[in-house]
Amino acid sequence: MQGVGHLYVHLPFCSHRCGYCDFVTVVGRHGQHLRYVDALLTELELGRHVLAEPLETLFLGGGTPTFTERAALERLLRTLPPADELTVEANPETVTSDLARMLREAGVNRVSLGVQTFQPRLLDVLDRVAGPDDVRHAFYHLRDAGFDNITLDLIYGIPGQSSADLEADIDEALELGPEHLSCYELEAKPGTRFTHAHGGELIRQAELMEGYFEAVVERLTAAGYRWYETANFCRSGAGAGGRDLRSRHNLAYWLGRDYLGIGIGAVSTVGGRRWRNSPRLPAYLEALAGGRAPDRELELLDADTRGRERVMLGLRLDEPFALNGEERLLDAAALARLADLGLVERHEDELSLTRRGRLLGGGVTAELLA
Amino acid sequence: MQQDRIRNFSIIAHIDHGKSTLADRILELTETVSGREMRAQVLDSMELERERGITIKAQAVRVPWKGQQLNLIDTPGHVDFTYEVSRSLQACEGAVLVVDAAQGVEAQTVANAYLAIENNLELLPVVNKIDLPQADPDRAARELAELIGGDPSDVLRISAKTGEGVAEVLDAIVERIPPPAGNRDAPPRALIFDSSYDQYRGVVAFVRVVDGAFRTRERLQAMAQGTRFEAEELGFFSPTMRASDTLEAGEVGYVITGLKDVGRLRVGDTLTSVAGPAAGPLPGYKDVKPMVFAGLFPTESDHYPDLRDALEKLKLNDAALVYEPETSQALGFGFRCGFLGLLHMEIVRERLEREFDLDLLVTAPNVAYRVLTKDGEEVEVHNPAEMPPEIERVEEPYIRASIIIPKEYVGPVMELATERRGRFDHMEYLSEDRVVLLYELPLAEVVVDFYDQLKSRTRGYASFDYDIVGFREGDLVRLDVLIAGDPVDALSLILHRDSAYGRGRALVDKLREEIPRQLFDVPVQAAIGSRVIARETIKAKRKDVLAKCYGGDITRKRKLLEKQKAGKRRMKQVGAVEVPQEAFLAVLNLDGKS
Repeated sequence: MQGVGHLYVHLPFCSHRCGYCDFVTVVGRHGQHLRYVDALLTELELGRHVLAEPLETLFLGGGTPTFTERAALERLLRTLPPADELTVEANPETVTSDLARMLREAGVNRVSLGVQTFQPRLLDVLDRVAGPDDVRHAFYHLRDAGFDNITLDLIYGIPGQSSADLEADIDEALELGPEHLSCYELEAKPGTRFTHAHGGELIRQAELMEGYFEAVVERLTAAGYRWYETANFCRSGAGAGGRDLRSRHNLAYWLGRDYLGIGIGAVSTVGGRRWRNSPRLPAYLEALAGGRAPDRELELLDADTRGRERVMLGLRLDEPFALNGEERLLDAAALARLADLGLVERHEDELSLTRRGRLLGGGVTAELLA
Repeated sequence: MQQDRIRNFSIIAHIDHGKSTLADRILELTETVSGREMRAQVLDSMELERERGITIKAQAVRVPWKGQQLNLIDTPGHVDFTYEVSRSLQACEGAVLVVDAAQGVEAQTVANAYLAIENNLELLPVVNKIDLPQADPDRAARELAELIGGDPSDVLRISAKTGEGVAEVLDAIVERIPPPAGNRDAPPRALIFDSSYDQYRGVVAFVRVVDGAFRTRERLQAMAQGTRFEAEELGFFSPTMRASDTLEAGEVGYVITGLKDVGRLRVGDTLTSVAGPAAGPLPGYKDVKPMVFAGLFPTESDHYPDLRDALEKLKLNDAALVYEPETSQALGFGFRCGFLGLLHMEIVRERLEREFDLDLLVTAPNVAYRVLTKDGEEVEVHNPAEMPPEIERVEEPYIRASIIIPKEYVGPVMELATERRGRFDHMEYLSEDRVVLLYELPLAEVVVDFYDQLKSRTRGYASFDYDIVGFREGDLVRLDVLIAGDPVDALSLILHRDSAYGRGRALVDKLREEIPRQLFDVPVQAAIGSRVIARETIKAKRKDVLAKCYGGDITRKRKLLEKQKAGKRRMKQVGAVEVPQEAFLAVLNLDGKS
């Protein structure tokens, strides 16, 4: 088996929990950050034999990785194996010039800044701490520290967000000139505090907001960004200075590559097996303190399942999807119907979604799959 | 038994006016059933009948009374079974006409009384439930006397529940109802007034012997249909089956035929002996044809064989039920079934669901149409989807409806009848405050929702009955519904041109609500021929993506897609459009309410 070139490290700590967030997070727990990093490093050692070093990509996600105590974060960064692309997620309010410099010195070469929106009213709805100025300051600190690959996360479809608000968010984001943007529609999960508070409003706004996704795609592509994945955009061509600014780590997921994930709630997929670590922090700390792997939920991926995932993920990208002769994965009648509707194009072994096909990618994929 | 010591009678009444209770009391009083054996409503054998308080299949019971042989012939209580009622009445010389002392005369009382009078029966008017606190026996007696043209003082007043006055009813039956007057020495003739099917003994015919006598083991013949069989057993009910070597003129009893199909021995036909046949049959045989049709589809397509088996079994006992396989592009495999009327349809549906545990989707009912095509061919159409495109003339069945209401509802009911293309015939006062309205209406206007509307516009006070009076030409059109240009067979309707626009609009609006948005614009149209009369567009979705999909989301996202895919498999495909079955249900339920 070829070594796994992609490592995800989950840092769950946050100063508080935002209402809409459904990631595995832990609020506060300062006393445990170092212990957690130790546990991560122990888990890494347990799985290290599958890794190909140096890594192609390493991604520190959260939680709020930059909320992790400095000593713990530094220890982690200095101990992790080197990688070509090393991304760290950061919340704007945590990014000081000092932190930016530390990240840079520790080998981080890509930062993902959780902006979500620039509108103070909407930031409140999302329970975000940072204000619009914090975002700008964080961005400048990162640039000053020498970061030339910064990505901003934006959320659209926030309760109360008008299309003018959305336009303003895009304007402000473009103003900063990031290399990369991820734009997500807000997902209000049933049963969450957030949905309880805002669900009704979201339903009322649903029709209005239906056009937001298209507006985002329209604006960003017009500004020279490449819409390379359903929710991801990067500068391209002249604006990229010849660089490929797509997220290499995330591309690994979309291309169906193997990856190792460590930390609570982290998911790994290696050689047809997928496992998810238990999200419970105390149990995780205890297991690894004893040198044992944490509780894991295992899923075996048979050839069919892998095939379906390959289609589902591959069709999120802007590059044609190579069937590699696996016709059995597709519903031929649906393909013909979707082609007639101008949503899908087929050229020999390759399948591409048209622009409208990509806006409807979920439905199109559900139809296409056999 | 000498004919002059025999009395054959029926009890006729509106639903719930106490027919079955009176029958029970008679059985008890004549000691036909001992107290220990007594169950409420002994004559109603099926579970469903007991629950609905109606009697589906007639039976006859022989009871002794003061040296006389009384034969109580039970009749079905509802309009759909008018023909069966009239056959049962033909087997009698008289009828006890029962009216609830609190309710007075109702529509079925009127319809049944007319039927009895048409059959030359001696009517014995009875006001029942005089023990009820809200009883008004004087008013009920006046209404009854008015109805049958007698004197209120001749009306008996009883309580079948307590037994008060029941013995007097029996005495009056002997005194006032004439004995049978057949010819004992003539070749045998018997009227088949009902039949049922027993899985071990085959078809059991209920007969009234008119002339001559029948013997066990004799070869018999049904004169209209020509069916021949051996009389395996003769007998009568008292109240259970009692075999008897002979059945003689004037008597009522059963014949076990061994036939395996009720369709071969029709109600109304005349039995005679093969060896010494009668010269001609008794008058009045009619081949009853179903007038109301609907598609029955299992909600789960793999239950189709179960539905087929269930219909086969029901048909054994219900000669009036007809069905043939139907394939609908929208609803899959099912059957187009023909019924005598709405109640018959409702009973069949309930029996299928209850006794055979089937979940059914029933299309909007329609009536039988007689169509003359442009090339001069005459066809009968039972399914709107089969209406020929080139039509010279269409005829539809008409009914004569009698509607009884308190007089303050005359306005609203006339309005309803007019909306439903009714033609006013006349109005009569039954009493100071109750009237009977007689209308001629197209049956098609009654099969959907008429009864509910009638009830709701009269706060539940209206009673309604009808009989079919024949076919008449109508300005009828076929309305098709098209989804993305493809006609949906299950939603086609035949209706009057004047209501086509309103109904088409309602159908299209409802479908727009019910069909989920697709990946493309879906026009929904209602059309008469090639002319579109209503149109809506279900706008295409503008986005359909799961925004976020990283390493930790893949399994969840895949499962979502698989679920979405599984959901699609449950949808019905109309051309390129996936329509949830619920959408069809909603539209079918809407029928008539536009």
